[in-house]
This record gives sequence, structure tokens and C-alpha cells, in this order.
Amino acid sequence: MATRTEALPVPRVVSWWSTLVDWLTTVDHKKIGILYIAGGVLFLIIGGIEALLIRVQLAGPERAFLHPQTYNELLTMHGTTMIFLAAMPILAGFGNYVVPLMIGARDMAFPRLNALGVWLFILGGLLLYASFFSGGAPDAGWFAYAPLTSKTFSPHKGMDFWILGLMVTGIASISSSINFIVTILNMRAPGMKLNRMPVFVWTMLVTSFLIVFAFPSLTVAQILLFFDRNFGTGFYAAEVGATPILWQHLFWFFGHPEVYIVILPAFGMVSEIIPVFSRKPIFGYAALVYATVAIGFISFTVWAHHMFAVGLPPVVAYAFGAASMIIAVPTAIKIFNWIFTMWRGSLRFTTAMLFAVSFVAMFVIGGLGGIFLATVPVDWQLTDTYFVVAHFHYTLFGGVLLSVLAAFYYWFPKITGRKLDERWGRIHWLLTFVGFNLTFFPMHWLGLDGMPRRIATYGAGLGWDFWNFVATVGAFIISAGMALFVLNIMKSLRNGEAAGDNPWEGWTLEWATTSPPPAHNFDGLPPINSRRPLWNAAEKRVYTPDEVRAMSERDEHIHLPPASWWPLVVAFGVTAIAAGFVYTPVITVLGVLIFLIGVAGWVQQEGYH
Amino acid sequence: MTAQVEKHGTTLGLDHRKLGFWTFLASESVFFMTLITVFIIYSGRSTSGPGHELLNIPLTAFNTFVLLTSSLAMVLSVDAARRGDQRGLRFWLLMTILMGAFFVGVQVYEYRKLMHEGLTLTSNLFGMTFYTLTGFHGAHVTVGVLWLIATLVKAWRGQFGADNYIPVDVAGLYWHFVDLVWVFIFPIVYLIRW
Repeated sequence: MATRTEALPVPRVVSWWSTLVDWLTTVDHKKIGILYIAGGVLFLIIGGIEALLIRVQLAGPERAFLHPQTYNELLTMHGTTMIFLAAMPILAGFGNYVVPLMIGARDMAFPRLNALGVWLFILGGLLLYASFFSGGAPDAGWFAYAPLTSKTFSPHKGMDFWILGLMVTGIASISSSINFIVTILNMRAPGMKLNRMPVFVWTMLVTSFLIVFAFPSLTVAQILLFFDRNFGTGFYAAEVGATPILWQHLFWFFGHPEVYIVILPAFGMVSEIIPVFSRKPIFGYAALVYATVAIGFISFTVWAHHMFAVGLPPVVAYAFGAASMIIAVPTAIKIFNWIFTMWRGSLRFTTAMLFAVSFVAMFVIGGLGGIFLATVPVDWQLTDTYFVVAHFHYTLFGGVLLSVLAAFYYWFPKITGRKLDERWGRIHWLLTFVGFNLTFFPMHWLGLDGMPRRIATYGAGLGWDFWNFVATVGAFIISAGMALFVLNIMKSLRNGEAAGDNPWEGWTLEWATTSPPPAHNFDGLPPINSRRPLWNAAEKRVYTPDEVRAMSERDEHIHLPPASWWPLVVAFGVTAIAAGFVYTPVITVLGVLIFLIGVAGWVQQEGYH
Repeated sequence: MTAQVEKHGTTLGLDHRKLGFWTFLASESVFFMTLITVFIIYSGRSTSGPGHELLNIPLTAFNTFVLLTSSLAMVLSVDAARRGDQRGLRFWLLMTILMGAFFVGVQVYEYRKLMHEGLTLTSNLFGMTFYTLTGFHGAHVTVGVLWLIATLVKAWRGQFGADNYIPVDVAGLYWHFVDLVWVFIFPIVYLIRW
């Protein structure tokens, strides 16, 4: 007994180190998914704190809690963080974890490229946040309109950090999208035809294509801006004959598909959750999938609806307005798909279902706000007011975040083997739902009353005081809910209720394996003859885990790729190359060296050829 | 490609690496389309300074011919790899590299001459758009040359054969893409007087 207590610390230190090495070198899509989600939640909390500071400043008129420059920096970083460092990584994380399981694959098509993506996301995010300690954060808003971004109006290096940090995370997004596309098209298990794929897989596929086609436009816009700020060009400078409006076109050609990049996977998540908790297959699968693809295409034809106020020719403005209304049609189709799925289902209001159903309702409000804004004359009245802020928070918070929270409660048991506490979950849901509506619904009225967005303060006696105060109270209620959520995760990881293979009686393939799944995902797969492989149609119930195991044919050819340091090395190299452009060129030179060493090691590594 | 693919095959029957690389090239296409669009939007809008008249069209036309011919050499090297013809693979890879390097060399010469004559990145809108568009293309060709040199080294070590030619094939896809982009850039930048 004595020897054992003395011997214990040594293996513990070793295991701590080997656990770290394991995570740093992992190429397992499940661990990479967890890294994406954990990193995304961390940035979600940081972005949430920024939002709280903004709300404290705006709680009453003429407050001086924040300096206007600080306010601009927090506003810019809040938007940038939530889109690029919270929403996209968390969605990519769930995609990484769930998509290969759903299609019965062992892993993603390119395991090391997958690891490269998550490290680029984390290091790029850190590079962006390094701006706070290097002279000042970006301060021109998340869409960074020219000429506010020029050296004249934004003299410190914040915008350079914004450009380079987002380029690094952009490489991550494009590489992970290529990976998703190849995985989904090329690694489906026998029987998993395209029209049997779960809707979430479909939405990840379409989102990946959107990323592949939309991000280069942002990259070019940022390269030109970087040249303007550092090499003396004037791509956005009216004084040399250029047009600052070019930035808006390039940015929104990326930026509007971007909002569908984050909302489509959210649609996919609720399309998995609502059927399971209604005990009915999704209503109108084909319509839902076609609507997803249609949204993907139309999302590239609506970008100028962000620009109605810049003086577009009327025909152009109305064309983009019409396209923006047309995109509401496939979106509305989806809303009816979800409603009819619930119709006459045997509903179970778990926390996941509560979040999913409130997503449907809140997203309808956000979508209707969008129809208002797509109407050109109405947009002239409402543009740059809080009505717009209300609209996109109903789509992004009411849309993306609510469905991501639903996904947390739904897939947490699969990922960890334990359920989140349902009682705490319901309180979390209630706080979030009430706080969200208190915060953002009044912004519709503030906007209609003419309160402009992006102002650091406002005068007393304009009639805006009360609803601003209400919004701030709502923001604190949301925070209380989020705090409870984090506590719930910590509590449930330790002593949550054991989940078993299939706690929700789901019928997609991720529930056909253990919770958490083994490194190789499946010992064997059940036959895939329908969209619901685990559904026992004869007896109208899901197969039990034992039945699934009995149905599955054991696969003897399990080969897993070896762990690799090279993705981390290459990611460091790329980030150093970018960092050198804002610090000192030596770092770029070192970055190139690290990058080349990484690539050389990568291509020579055994076990991948 | 991971070993699992060899064991299980792929759903579409396409190699992962080729499918992935085609997707990457789709993204690259949008990148160049955007740069070309910026060039077209700003053509003829320079308020001062030199412009299109400085360009040496016969020289660049010859350079275009060399780059397009290099694609033929690339096709022949991929074909040699597919047949397991090691000597042919090495020879045609070397030819592709030489022609690619020649293209970059002429571009460097052209840049130096233009800068000497007063057209720089910051001269005017023509300078900005000309150098960014052709510069990013030149950078892509340079990356391609380096990639092909690495491929040649591996070919010399005998790492490719009839059963393992996909890496050469993928390098070839990239090379043809870079050529194809130039097919658009050359007329738009050099031949059309905006």
C-alpha cells in the first residue's frame, strides 16, 4: 500500500504530459472537434464579455464608462470574434465530431489537414487578440468600411492585426471545408447514398462550398487593404481615382454568404434534433435539402442589400432587394418543415428540444426583420439604426446560438458519455430565452425611433433611455444563463447521468456506437437501407444498442493514421509568417523556415502513403 | 491519402487528393476572378502617370507561348509517371521546371524595366492593379516551380510509379491551373486597350 501511494505521482506526471502530447498531435476528428468547440466557447465567452461592456456603456445616456476609442475597439472585436472565432469554429467543431460518424466513416479524408485547421484557428485568433497588447485592437467595425480603415483614420496597427489574424483563420476555414467536401462526397459507408444523408451532413456540405467560394473575396479585399495601409497603394482611396465602395462589394460578396455559412449548419442541427424529439422523421426531407442548396446559390446574389444607402442605381438596388426576398422562400420552406415535423408528433421537451423550438420561433422574427430591410425604401429609413442590430441578433443569436446550445445538450452525451443536467438546462434555457428577448427585441423600437448603431453614447431626452436600460438588464440575464451553462458542463463532466449509446433514441449512425465512441468510431456498421438506419420500422421504435451490435457486421480492416506533430509545426510557421508583417520581418523569415520544415516533415511522414 | 482508402475505396471512385485539390482550385479561381475584376473596374481610371503603353506585348506574348508549352511538358510527365517511365518523368518534369523558371525570369526582367521607366506599385491605379494581379500570378508560378523541383527530387529517388503517380498528377493540376489563369490575364491586361 505504501509503495503504491509513493509511486502514484510519477505516472501521473507522465500521463499529464502524454495527455498533452496526445492532444497536440492528434489527428482524430473527434478530438479535433472537441478542440474546435472548446476554443470556440472560450472566444464566445470573451466576445460575450465585450458585449456586456458595450451594454454597460449604453445602459443610460451620456455615460463615460468606456472611452469612445475603446468602445469602437470592443464593438469591432465583439462582431469579429462572434462570427469568425465563436460561431464558425463551434459549428466546424460539431461538424468535425458528428459528420464522419453520421456517414459511417472512420475519420475525415485528410486527418492532418484537419489538425492544421484547428491550430490555425486557435493561433490566428490569438494573433488577432495580440492586438490588444500591441498598440490597440481593430476599431473600424467588423465589416471594416473604407476609408475608416485607412492609416489616416485608424493609425495604430489594429486593422493590420485584423487582416492578418483573419487570413490565418481563413486558411483554416478553407482547408477544413475542402476536407468536409471530400469526406462527405467520398467517404460514405456502403448504402449511405446522398439522399439518405442526415440533413446536418447536407448543410455542412453546402456551407463548405460557400466557404470555398466566398472566402477568396475577403482575402483579396484584405490583401488590397493591407497594401493600402503598408505599401502606399490606394485601392480604396478616392483621391487617386479609386472607389472606397469597392471594399463594400468585395466584403459583402464574402459577407453575405458568410451569414449563411453560419446559419446553414444551425439549420442542420435543429433538423436532427426536432425529429428525434418529435419521434417522427423530418417532414419533407427533399424539400429541406433542395432549399438548403437553393439558399447556397442565392446567397451569392444578394450582397448589395447591405449597400442600399450608398447610392446604387435604382434598378440594381431593386434587383438585389428582389433576390433578398426570394431567398426568404427556401428559408420559409424550412420553417414549415420543422413545424410539420412537430405536428402530431409525440413531443419530448428536453432542454435540446426547448432550444430547438425557440430557435424556430426566434429565427422567424429575425427573418421577418430581414424582409423589412430587403425593401429598399424601408432600408433607407432603417439602415444603420438599431433595427438592423435587432435583426441580425435575432438571426445570429436567435438562430445560430440557440441551435448550437440545442446541439450541446443533444450531442454532449455522445461526446462525453454523460448527459448534461436537464434541470439546470431548463433554467439555462429560460434565462437565455428571456434575456435574449429583453436585450434584442427593444432594439427594434430603438431603431424605429432612429437610434443609430455603433455610437458610443447618446443624448438624454431622446426617448431611448428606458429600452436601452432594459436591453442591458437582458444582457446580464443572458450572462447568468451562460454562467449556469458553464457550471453545468463542469458538473456533468464529473458526475452527470451516464448516457449509454443512445440516450435520446436517435436513429442516425452516431448513435450506433458507444458514448464516447472508440478511436476507430465503429466496430462495425448496421446495414444502411434508409434515412433512419437505427429505426425499427416494423415495431415503430429505435433498435436497442444490443440489437444494433447484433445487426452490425464487424469490420476487421481497421487502420488508423498515426499522430503527427507536423500540423502544429506548419500552423506555427503560417502564423509566424503573418505575425512578422505586424511586428518585425525577422519573425516572417523564421516563420518561412518553420513552415518549410513542417511541410518537409509532413510529406515524409510514414503511415500516410 | 490514408491507408483506409486503399482498403475501402472511395464512394465516388475518385482519389481523395484529386477531389480535394479540384475543390482547392475552385477557391483559387475565385481569388483570381476577384483580382481580375478589380483590374477591370479600375482600368482607365488612373488620374496620372504611365499606363498600358509601356507594356512590351511581343515579349510577353513569347513568354505566354513558353508558359502554355510548359503545360504540354507537364502532361507528358504525368503520362510518363502513369506508365512508370522514370526517365520520361524526370525529363519532362525538368522541361516544365525550365520553362516555368524562364517565365518567372522574364517577368522579373519586365518588372525591372517597367519600374525603371517609372511604373511602380504606387504610381497610379494601373500600377497597383497591374502589379498585384500579375504579381500574385507570378508568385503562384514560383510556388509551382518549387513544387515541381520537390517532385523532381522525389522522382529521382524513384518514389513514383504506375501505382503511385497521383502526387505528380496533383502537381500537374496546379500547373495547368496557373497556366489557365494566365490565359485570362494576358488578353485582359496586355491585349485589350481599356
